[in-house]
Amino acid sequence: MFCKVKKTTKLHNFVIMVSERRDILESILKIEQIEKYYGNKSSLTKAINNISFEVQEGEFVAIMGASGSGKTTLLNVISTIDKVTSGHIYVAGEDITKLKGNKLNQFRREELGFIFQDFNLLDTLTAYENIALALSIQNTAVKEIEERINKVARELSIKDVLNKYPYQMSGGQKQRVASARAIITNPKLILADEPTGALDSKSAKMLLERFQYLNDTLKATILMVTHDAFTASYATRVIFIKDGKVFNEIYRGEASRKEFFDKIIDVVTLLGGDLNDAL
Amino acid sequence: MMLCKLSLKNIKKSFKDYTIYFFTLILGVAIFYVFNAIGSQTVLINTTKSTYEIIDLMVNMLSGVSVFVSFILGFLIIYASRFLIKRRNKEFGIYLTLGMSKRKISMILFFETLFIGLISLIVGLGVGVVLSQLMSILVANMFDADMTKFTFTFSTSACIKTFIYFGIMYLLVMLFNVYTISKCKLISLLYGAKKAEKVKLKNQVICTIIFIISVIILGIAYYLVTAGFEFLDTADKIFIPIVMGIVSTFFIFWSVSGLLLNIFMSMKKTYYKGLNSFILRQFSSKINTTVFSMTIICLMLFVTVCVLSSALSIKNSMTANLEELAPVDIELYKMLNLTPEDGENTNAVIEDSKFSVRDTLEKNNFNISEKLMDVVECYLYKEEDFTLAKSLGGNLDEILKKYRYLKYDSLQNIMKISDYNKIAKLYGNETYTLDKDEYLIIADFESMILIRNQVLKENGIITIQGKDYSPKYKECKKGFVEISSNHINDGIFIVPDDAVDESMQYGNMIIGNYKAFDKDGKRKINDELQKITSKLWNKESLISMNSKIDIADNSIGLGALVTFIGLYLGLIFLISSVAILSLKELSESTDNKMRFLMLRKIGVDEKLLNQALFRQIGIFFMFPLLIAIIHSIFGIKFCTIVLESFGTKGLLPSIIMTAIFIVVIYGGYFLLTYYCSKNIIKEK
Repeated sequence: MFCKVKKTTKLHNFVIMVSERRDILESILKIEQIEKYYGNKSSLTKAINNISFEVQEGEFVAIMGASGSGKTTLLNVISTIDKVTSGHIYVAGEDITKLKGNKLNQFRREELGFIFQDFNLLDTLTAYENIALALSIQNTAVKEIEERINKVARELSIKDVLNKYPYQMSGGQKQRVASARAIITNPKLILADEPTGALDSKSAKMLLERFQYLNDTLKATILMVTHDAFTASYATRVIFIKDGKVFNEIYRGEASRKEFFDKIIDVVTLLGGDLNDAL
Repeated sequence: MMLCKLSLKNIKKSFKDYTIYFFTLILGVAIFYVFNAIGSQTVLINTTKSTYEIIDLMVNMLSGVSVFVSFILGFLIIYASRFLIKRRNKEFGIYLTLGMSKRKISMILFFETLFIGLISLIVGLGVGVVLSQLMSILVANMFDADMTKFTFTFSTSACIKTFIYFGIMYLLVMLFNVYTISKCKLISLLYGAKKAEKVKLKNQVICTIIFIISVIILGIAYYLVTAGFEFLDTADKIFIPIVMGIVSTFFIFWSVSGLLLNIFMSMKKTYYKGLNSFILRQFSSKINTTVFSMTIICLMLFVTVCVLSSALSIKNSMTANLEELAPVDIELYKMLNLTPEDGENTNAVIEDSKFSVRDTLEKNNFNISEKLMDVVECYLYKEEDFTLAKSLGGNLDEILKKYRYLKYDSLQNIMKISDYNKIAKLYGNETYTLDKDEYLIIADFESMILIRNQVLKENGIITIQGKDYSPKYKECKKGFVEISSNHINDGIFIVPDDAVDESMQYGNMIIGNYKAFDKDGKRKINDELQKITSKLWNKESLISMNSKIDIADNSIGLGALVTFIGLYLGLIFLISSVAILSLKELSESTDNKMRFLMLRKIGVDEKLLNQALFRQIGIFFMFPLLIAIIHSIFGIKFCTIVLESFGTKGLLPSIIMTAIFIVVIYGGYFLLTYYCSKNIIKEK
């Protein structure tokens, strides 16, 4: 009981802290006391147990946690792939937990960009067509599709793989194509689920540098789920999740990536063995 | 027993995957039963002896066809079970990692096949028994039987036969399954699904060239079976266009997806609209991996369309022909003035050939004036050396080149104009007048008319008894003398009465109606005449008869035979081909599920997704059908040429009937596949 009160107080402080920042930047994502339960009364799993936080425009947030900590569930409910049991999620002021049917699809299509661990490219389409699909389902004109793909391909250095099929590309290339598909619609929020999970370290580094570029130069808002401290160190803020709750969060501020990485490792150590195993 | 339980649970669990398989099995069993039960249904019908014989022939042919059908169904079932095993690779992989032996997995499959086999057999037989009651209505209708006393029929023999045939098929499937399991490797079982599909990209230029060449070859094949029919003068040459057609169909399927893709990709506005690029890619990758099956399916559909529409059209024309070609009850014919040189005839026959039909009948106590009415008596004449070859005159060489199989040495029939007019009047046909040096030809066999018209147009002067006659008309006149079920009159020369004399007589006929006013009375006279002619035939006289009743019996039987065999084969072919299509589509449902899940994640509307699925399956189903229909247009045209003597009266209604069959079965399978796939991609 005592423990719960303590947590709430901590959370309270956090909310105040965030609301102070609100004056400076507009809040893109606002999560209010969401819960997600699985199972029935006899065996209830609380995948998310009262989480609240906000993400401002232009932020690059990493969510860290061990397997089973609820981080993927969190991403799923933000991306409307899954529904919350209680609480509210606002994206650019709109409560997406109230959305239904085609409104949901429309929201996903227009406001969100997805990057998955296993790329999720369509194997029958070329890279170009995969990227174009995100625009063509929004009825974008052919000429504009072409212009935007050329632009994004330059930014993500995938110009030379545009006419290749997924099976002809390396993991890093596939993930950059997937990223291109995610950002081409100019979404308010880019959601990335373990984007480096299936990549070797060199490709991972290259991808993360691209993410940084998107965030710095193009002011893209990115929310990334990972269990890898190195990946998280590219973010501007890291939120740690344990057992369905926010455990801690740290800002990068003016620190270098290396210093931030060390800070993350400190928290991970504090978090306990679970995440260490995953490192 | 554990294994048995596991199999039962598996079936229950994966019932959705098995829907199409079950459906096809049940349909197969039902059709098999229905057509094999026809024999026992016809027993109930009171028929004459001549009908009975043809029913016997029909039942025998149906059981022969059943063997063929069981082969097709056997292949289909093995093919289908291969798909289902593939879908469950992972499950078997898990069993193996858990330490289950391959023998035990085979046992699981054995029980599954056993259960599925038993259930489908029982349900299929149930459906079959119900359907065969409907079939008995059709059977009774065909044989003009009395339908007022409807009896429920169950054919034990057909039932046992179905059990045996399908039992053997299922046994083969079991053996095949055991073989598949014993061959497979654990690694491919577990990770087989994850193998990245390589998109075989075909060279655009090669695709285009091959497509164009295939279309040209197909065009030549089409030309050969229709307009260029004359080139196919011997029977074995028909294989040339068939092989051309098969090869070009294969290469059209091989090249079309690359071509279509390239065309659509250049139409950027369409290609990059909604999910069009996705649908087209799905279609082309599927066509690319199934060129061979697509060819088989397309050809099977083509055969289905041709067989169904030709069979139904033969049946329809036969009924229609009967009214037109047998306008009177009886025609008796006899050869006259035979000499010992005219083949091996007994002395009695030669002696008898001096008398007319009337004399012979009366000698055998048949009173013509009492039993017959509307009687017309007439003679056929011949001129020594006036053969078919001679009648063709100067065109002989040219015709000889095209038609080698005609009997060029047969003597041509000649008839007096007055005799012909009497017959024509009785038949309700047109009558003619001739000047002293004119003649005309009466014929109704289409290809002979074409040959003779050519002669009539160019010169056509014939010589009889040293006197020349020129054609009154530049074409043959439609008509016939002998009653029959088909258009088989290859030409009778009608000449002025004084052109021939008695010495040239070689045939005598009596045409008329029976003096009776109900079916039974007519049949009685018919039986009496039949008894006389069959008693005399070849022993005492060469007297023969054609009667409307006999022709009707025969054509009803023949019509039924053709219809039932056509329906049987057509239905089995149709079901087999569409079932393969369905299974192909559903076997890729796991891949599709992933793809649609991805699309859903990037925010494609549910409506658009369903539309994409519908279009994807629709195109996949329509494409082979479309090519089969194009083939069929020419195939049916060819059939009408070959089956010309039957007439082509019922072609349109029979094509409509065929279309209904295809729409119902093909469409049914299509919708079933669509809903099954929709369910699969809906699962999360």
